[in-house]
Amino acid sequence: MTGLLQPLSEGEWTIILLSLKVALVATLASLPFGIAVAYVLSRKRFAGLWLIDALVHLPLVLPPVVTGYALLMLFGRKGALGQALESCCGVVFAFRWSGAALAAAVMAFPLLVRAIRLSFDAIDVRLEEASATLGAGPFWRFLTVTLPLAWPGILGGIIIGFAKSLGEFGATITFVASIPGETETLPLAIYAQTQIPGGEAVAFRLTMVAVVIAFAAIAASQLLRDYTKRGHSLP
Amino acid sequence: MKLDVDIAIRRGTRPIHAKFALDERVAGLYGPSGVGKTTTLQVIAGLLKPHAGHVRLGERTLNDVEAGIFVPAHRRRIGYVFQEGRLFPHFSVAGNLTYGRRFSPTPLSAPQCDAVIALLGIGSLLRRWPLTLSGGEKQRVAIGRALMAGPQLLLLDEPLASLDQARKDEMLPFLKRLCQDSGVPIVYVTHDRRELEAIGAAVVPLADAPHI
Repeated sequence: MTGLLQPLSEGEWTIILLSLKVALVATLASLPFGIAVAYVLSRKRFAGLWLIDALVHLPLVLPPVVTGYALLMLFGRKGALGQALESCCGVVFAFRWSGAALAAAVMAFPLLVRAIRLSFDAIDVRLEEASATLGAGPFWRFLTVTLPLAWPGILGGIIIGFAKSLGEFGATITFVASIPGETETLPLAIYAQTQIPGGEAVAFRLTMVAVVIAFAAIAASQLLRDYTKRGHSLP
Repeated sequence: MKLDVDIAIRRGTRPIHAKFALDERVAGLYGPSGVGKTTTLQVIAGLLKPHAGHVRLGERTLNDVEAGIFVPAHRRRIGYVFQEGRLFPHFSVAGNLTYGRRFSPTPLSAPQCDAVIALLGIGSLLRRWPLTLSGGEKQRVAIGRALMAGPQLLLLDEPLASLDQARKDEMLPFLKRLCQDSGVPIVYVTHDRRELEAIGAAVVPLADAPHI
């Protein structure tokens, strides 16, 4: 195995940076929706709620390839939503990095929502009542009480969503294929390297990079959590 | 300011009916546990909707079920001190105290806030976090938080119930001063009549609901 300790090549950097971009955009773009859906699932009670719950969790139970195929049918160049988005806003997902981000976001969404929903469930609604008697309307109650108290769960959701996005394989390759520099993320590249003779060294180096990114993400979340918890929990 | 309450509400299987009118500056709602004192306060504050009846404060109708009027809690400007304090754990004591000021059309001025802090003896706690406070300190901060929003009426729901006897004795002088000096009409709910005598409140007994 040669070249294990050499600096990363330009091609490898491309793969790593693309992966980080896809995972970050997927996580941050889906976060507002994740918070909204988690809040509705945690607090609202109405007839069609189970349908939203089921729809959100669908990517968790379907084979990733099926989700990818569904995305292709919906958001592909010939898909209904894909055509509408292209003609109205010039947005194209098919075989673009943005499509990889969409696939990752859809696959990570159930995990994101679950983590945030649990923290909404755990919040003492009596604190929101106290906020109301102090004059705060629904929007300010959410912003100054609910959201800060749910922050540890939101942070957990971001981390698990980011991790899932980084590792997404099946839906991505089905929806946007594996185009170097555009949609070839870390897992796709590692898989490709294992399929060609002599690719083990590169596969191993990229695997190490994935491990380092995972550790960095967990460490960052710990630091953030400790920082935001200062004061309002006992040392 | 006159508070006129005539409400019916069902909690669980138990019907609660409360009817009284207060014009005293400090009124003590008194009755045995389970008679619906806290429920009545929650209706006055707008945290619960009654099934029938009305709540009026001065000229304002806060609730009139027959006329379809319901003013939500955040527009009533009624301060509420809960049995368990309910301080915001993610704000310091100072942050809790000033929380309601930004939403209130008539928040207390800075000198008035200082006076409240002095009245309640919480000046040394401002930088602390709620988790590090004793029960009595929490209740004093909760009272200060409600006062600084400049409410038109202050509801105290068994503010001593969660404290042991020594803390109760420690709190009573503060409550007495609050009732004498704050200038805000107060409704004080308790099952212990001696507290009302200690703070000098006019006693309004809340009887069991008549069985219908």
